[in-house]
Amino acid sequence: MEFNFLSDIVEYCRREKKDMAQAMLEYEMRNKRLTREQVYTGLKRTLFVMEESVEQGLTQQVISPSGMLNNWAKTILQCKVDTLGPALKKATARAIAVGEVNACMGKIAAAPTAGSAGILPAVLVTMMEEHAIPRERILEALLVSSAVGLVFAKNSSFAGSEAGCMGETGSAAAMAAGAITYLLGGNEEQILESVGFALKASMGLVCDPVGGLVEEPCTTRNAVGVANAFVSAQMALAGIKSLIPADEVIAATKEVGDLMSPRLKESGQGGLANTKTGREIQKRVFKTTE
Amino acid sequence: MSEQPSIFDILGPIMIGPSSSHTAGASRIGYIARQLLHDEPKKAVITLYNSFAKTHKGHGTDKAIIGGILGFGPDDERIRDSHELAARGGLEWEFKFVGDFVRFHSNTARVKLEGKHGGTVEVVGASLGGGRIRIQEIEGFTVDFNAQLPTLVIIAEDIPGSIQKISGAIAEKKGNIANMFVARNENFANMIIELDEHADKETVEKIAALPWVKFVRRVEPMLEGSSRYEK
Repeated sequence: MEFNFLSDIVEYCRREKKDMAQAMLEYEMRNKRLTREQVYTGLKRTLFVMEESVEQGLTQQVISPSGMLNNWAKTILQCKVDTLGPALKKATARAIAVGEVNACMGKIAAAPTAGSAGILPAVLVTMMEEHAIPRERILEALLVSSAVGLVFAKNSSFAGSEAGCMGETGSAAAMAAGAITYLLGGNEEQILESVGFALKASMGLVCDPVGGLVEEPCTTRNAVGVANAFVSAQMALAGIKSLIPADEVIAATKEVGDLMSPRLKESGQGGLANTKTGREIQKRVFKTTE
Repeated sequence: MSEQPSIFDILGPIMIGPSSSHTAGASRIGYIARQLLHDEPKKAVITLYNSFAKTHKGHGTDKAIIGGILGFGPDDERIRDSHELAARGGLEWEFKFVGDFVRFHSNTARVKLEGKHGGTVEVVGASLGGGRIRIQEIEGFTVDFNAQLPTLVIIAEDIPGSIQKISGAIAEKKGNIANMFVARNENFANMIIELDEHADKETVEKIAALPWVKFVRRVEPMLEGSSRYEK
């Protein structure tokens, strides 16, 4: 069973009268010769690790070895000001929490990469809390997000060294947007629209980590990726169309990634990494940790 | 149709951070070296090359490799404390660093192990990203396998008929060879045999008993995803 484009999956859903979560369940069962229970065991473990990583970052002491990250998730949670109500603040803190846990050698689900591991957990935990969605549905949403990731991996790249941060937090935001749209009753077309919106907002985003470490700006970009996912899903659920179809947007991310200078793709030598302060931090970090 | 990616390749791997290449992949290289040693390691000399050499501290590459040598998987939280645990368990280790070595992939490690029962092994592996690795050298032989399938690593005298004898021993127990690579080096041949299923102990012993075979080791895949389904 092979899905190369999102349109293949939509076509399959239409033909088989299934939704996207069912299509992906079928895909995994058939290709890997697994039972439904085995796939769900895997999904449950993934969700469990995601929830644990959020929880750890919100409750434990998390200071990265470089010192660049220092208990930011908790700081955000304690902030008295809400820019748009407590839900957005909490979602922001959750994304940062996972980034901090990752930087401190904690356990995370790299969905789709370690550098973008905060977006899906923050979105899914927030959806569970804000919309009282049962866990079973959240596991289905993971299946939907895997559809987006699968097609993105086939036609573009998750590697910061190939597609920049667009391939990491961009694809993660698109996966999360699809999950939100699915959970709030969006149909297959709307899921694809939300994916298109999220990727268009990330188009050309460079990978420029200070000191080459998965900390700055990765962690805060995860938080912004969460906002991207919610906004993209909101537009799609309202019925707004992403003019450029999602599969074509994915193809464009590949073209843009190829056109981006290697210095802006995980080299630690361009963009923020190459600013005066970025270089100073790098010098300090590698001197103190050597 | 080629092998399709698993949804768990997309939703994972589940791993200890911060980097799939510099942490998760590094631990797998250490783990493969341990399997090739086939003994409790008492001494490890690890050379990190290129990006591994330059950024190991910030990515915990050194902790991940020691963790792998101790037998921890890439998602084992003990990786964080692997140096303390190794010291407590009596493992001696030393890291060397080679900043620029263009012949090697940017994330490469050479792991030299000595076991409590006197065996030694030397392995070079590269971490390719996403936790994927490639083993490039074993005991001075150039090899190329990714340890995604159960793999037999054999070093034997290069005599006529050796391949038939070995594949015969595997077929006898209904083992199915997925891929086979042979490299020659003066009088010796190195065989990398990837199997569909784990080779059983008996098959390994049978191959090891062949008088011209110097070295047989089983390498089991250490993929986070493989333990996930409880197959």
